[in-house]
Amino acid sequence: MSTPAATAMTLGLQGCHACGLVSRPVPGADEGSCPRCGDELSFRKSASLQRTWAFLIAAAVCYVPANVLPVLTTVTASGRDSDTILQGVVLLWSPTGWPLSLIVLVASIMIPSAKIVALVYLLVTVQRGSVESNVQRVRLYRMVELIGRWSMVDVFVDTFTAALVQLQPLMSVEPGPGLLFFAAVVVLTMLAVESFDPRLIWDAASGAEVQRA
Amino acid sequence: MPENQGVPHVPESRNVPGKRTRLSLVWIVPIVAAIAGVWVAVTRILAEGPKITIVFRSAEGLEAGKTKIHYNGVDVGTLTAIRLSDDHQRVIATAQMAPKTESFLVDDTKFWVVTPRIAGGTVSGLGTLLSGAYIGMEIGRAKEKRRDFVALTEPPVVTGDVPGRFFMLKTSTLGSLEYGTPIYFRRLQVGEVASYVLDDDGQGLTVKVFVKAPYDQYVTPNTRFWHASGIDLSLTASGLSVQTQSLVSILIGGIAFETPATGPVLPAAAADTVFTLYGDRKEAFQLPARDPQTFQLVFKQSVRGLTVGAPVEFHGIPIGHVVALDAQVDVKTFEFSVPVTVIVDATRFGVKVVELEPGADMATVRRKLLENFVAHGARAQLRSGSLLTGAMYVAIDFFPDASAVTMDWSRKPVEFPTVPGELEGIEASITKIVKKLDTVPIQAIGDDLKKAIVHLDETLVSARGTFDSATRLVAPDSTLDTELNTTLQELSRAARGLRVLADYLERHPEALVRGKPGEAK
Repeated sequence: MSTPAATAMTLGLQGCHACGLVSRPVPGADEGSCPRCGDELSFRKSASLQRTWAFLIAAAVCYVPANVLPVLTTVTASGRDSDTILQGVVLLWSPTGWPLSLIVLVASIMIPSAKIVALVYLLVTVQRGSVESNVQRVRLYRMVELIGRWSMVDVFVDTFTAALVQLQPLMSVEPGPGLLFFAAVVVLTMLAVESFDPRLIWDAASGAEVQRA
Repeated sequence: MPENQGVPHVPESRNVPGKRTRLSLVWIVPIVAAIAGVWVAVTRILAEGPKITIVFRSAEGLEAGKTKIHYNGVDVGTLTAIRLSDDHQRVIATAQMAPKTESFLVDDTKFWVVTPRIAGGTVSGLGTLLSGAYIGMEIGRAKEKRRDFVALTEPPVVTGDVPGRFFMLKTSTLGSLEYGTPIYFRRLQVGEVASYVLDDDGQGLTVKVFVKAPYDQYVTPNTRFWHASGIDLSLTASGLSVQTQSLVSILIGGIAFETPATGPVLPAAAADTVFTLYGDRKEAFQLPARDPQTFQLVFKQSVRGLTVGAPVEFHGIPIGHVVALDAQVDVKTFEFSVPVTVIVDATRFGVKVVELEPGADMATVRRKLLENFVAHGARAQLRSGSLLTGAMYVAIDFFPDASAVTMDWSRKPVEFPTVPGELEGIEASITKIVKKLDTVPIQAIGDDLKKAIVHLDETLVSARGTFDSATRLVAPDSTLDTELNTTLQELSRAARGLRVLADYLERHPEALVRGKPGEAK
C-alpha cells in the first residue's frame, strides 16, 4: 500500500454530526463549532477515554453493592426473605428450573461484568496503541453497545414484581437496596459505552500506517 | 494524491477557546458511586449487631437465615448458620443479632427453642405453627459479656422479671409433674413447676417450683406441699368424701400447698427453701415423727387385713404405723406367731414427760413409764378398722384383766405385750361356754322333764275339779247365793227397824222410861 488510509483527522477535516458540513478547524485548535449550524465539532469525542474510564470505574464500584445487597425482599406470613441476585440464581437452580436460573445468571451477573471487562480491554488496548485485531475489537464494541440496554430487564422485572405483589398482609415484595446499585451499573456502563469513541481503535492503526509509510 | 487539495472550499470552524479543562468533571461520577458504595457498606456494618453462637442439642425446626431470635416478641436477631460440633453431638448455630443488643448478651442470658407445646394445661407457642420455630431469649442480669451460649433444652416456665420466689421440693417420685404443672393455693393457681432434677444419689428428685407474688408470702417454713393430682376418695364415718383440687389438676396433676392453721405464725420462707413434697394432703398434715420408737408385737393369730403402713392407735389417736410383718415358728412348741414391727411416736399424741428430774436419763424414765403402763394393763390388740375392707389396725389400750408380763429390754426391738383381738376373745369365750354345755346331762334332764310334765298333767286335772266345784258354789242359782241374799235382806230389815227406833227415841226420849203413850192406856 503506497499511501496510508486517509481519515478526516489526518486530512485535518471535521464533519458536523448535525448538518454534515465538513469544515477545517482553526489552526492550533482541535475543536470548534460548525460554521453553518453551530454544533460542536471535534476530531474525536472529547475526553473520550477519560469519561469512559470514569463511568467504568463508577460502574465497577456500584457492581459490588449490586451483588452483595439484596435486590428483592419477600415478606410473607412466615417472615421476611431478602435475596441477592446470586441467592436468586441459587434459589432458582433446580433440575427443572435451571434454564431460568441460567437466564438470570447470564443477564444479571455475567453480562454486566462482561461489559465492564470488555470496556476495560478496549480502553487499555486503545491507550497502549495496539494495532492488533481491530475488527474484532470494533465488533466487541458494537456488541457491548447493543446488549447494554437489555440488562435493564432485571430492574424492570423487579419493579414490576414489587408493584404487583402487594397482598398485604399475606405477602408482599419490596425492592432491595441492591436494585438501585444494579440499575446504576447498567446506566453507567451504557454511559461508558456511549462516551467511548470507537474511532480511537483505528487511530493507532492509521498512525501506525502513517508511520510505516 | 492531489485530489486532497481538490476539496472545494472547506470552511474554517469557529474556535471556542478555553472551554475544556484537563480533568473532566465526569470523574465526579465514580467518586459519587464510591461514596455511595462506601456509605452503604458503612451503614451496613454499623447496623450489624454482635454475632453470637448458641449450642443446641438438636437443630430441629431451626433454619439458617430464617429462624429469628425473639425477646418478648421483638425480633432481635437471626440465625445465620447452623453446623455440627466437632464431636457431632451438638449443633452450633451462629446468630446475627440486631444492632445495640450488646447489653443483652451477658453471662446468664438464656436461649431456647420455642415450638408449639402443651404443658401445664396451657398451650403455648401456637404462633410457631405458622412461622416455624423461633428462638426465645431471656436477658440475664450479669455484667460479664458473653458471645457463646448453650441453649436450654426446655423453655423456662418463668421468664423475665415476674415477681415471686422459687422453692425446692424433695420427692421420691415425680408422679405426673411436668414443666409448667400448676401450683395451687386454696385451689387458686399461684405458680408452676419450673424444673426438676434427679438427685445425684438417684434416691429422689428435687422439683423447683415458682410461686408468683403476692402468693409467695403464704409459703412459710411450716408450709406443706403435696401432690394434688387426681381424686382422693375416702369413705369415713361421716360418709363419702371426694377431695380434688381442680379439674385441670385431675387431668394433668398439680401441687398444692397450705400452711397448718395451728402452729406458730412464721414469716414467709426464703427463696429456694427446701420442702418435702408429700403424697397427699393427709400425709402432708401428719405431724412429723419426732421421737420414733420401734416395738415388736407378737400376735398368735392371723393378721389378715393388717398391712405395712396400717396405723397404730392409742385410744383412737394414731401414734405410729406398722413397718414390717413376719411369721415365726417356735420349734419346741410348734407354735406359729406373727411378729409385727411398729414404729410409735409417743410425742404424736402429746404425751410429755413432766417433772423430769434433773440429770435423769430420758430413756430410763421412758422405760419406767412404759413398764408402769404395761403393769396397768396396756396391751396391743388387733382390731378391725373397716368391716367393708377388712383392714386391721393395731390398737394399744388398757386391759386391767390381762395377765402380768415383764418387758425384756435387752431385745431389739423391744417386745410389747399383746392381747388377742376382740373377735378372738369372743370366740374363746363362746368356746368355753360350748364346752361347759357339753358336760350338761341333757338326756337325763329331758327324761326328768317328761316325768314332771306327766305329773303336772294329773295335778292340772284335779285342779280343774276343784275349780269346777268352786264355780258351782258361787253360781247365781246356788244355795249359797240364795241364803246369802236372804240373810242380807234380813239384815237390811233389822237396820231399818233400828233406824225407826232411833228416830222415835229422838222425838220421844221419855218413851225409854214411860214406854209408848198408846200402851199406857
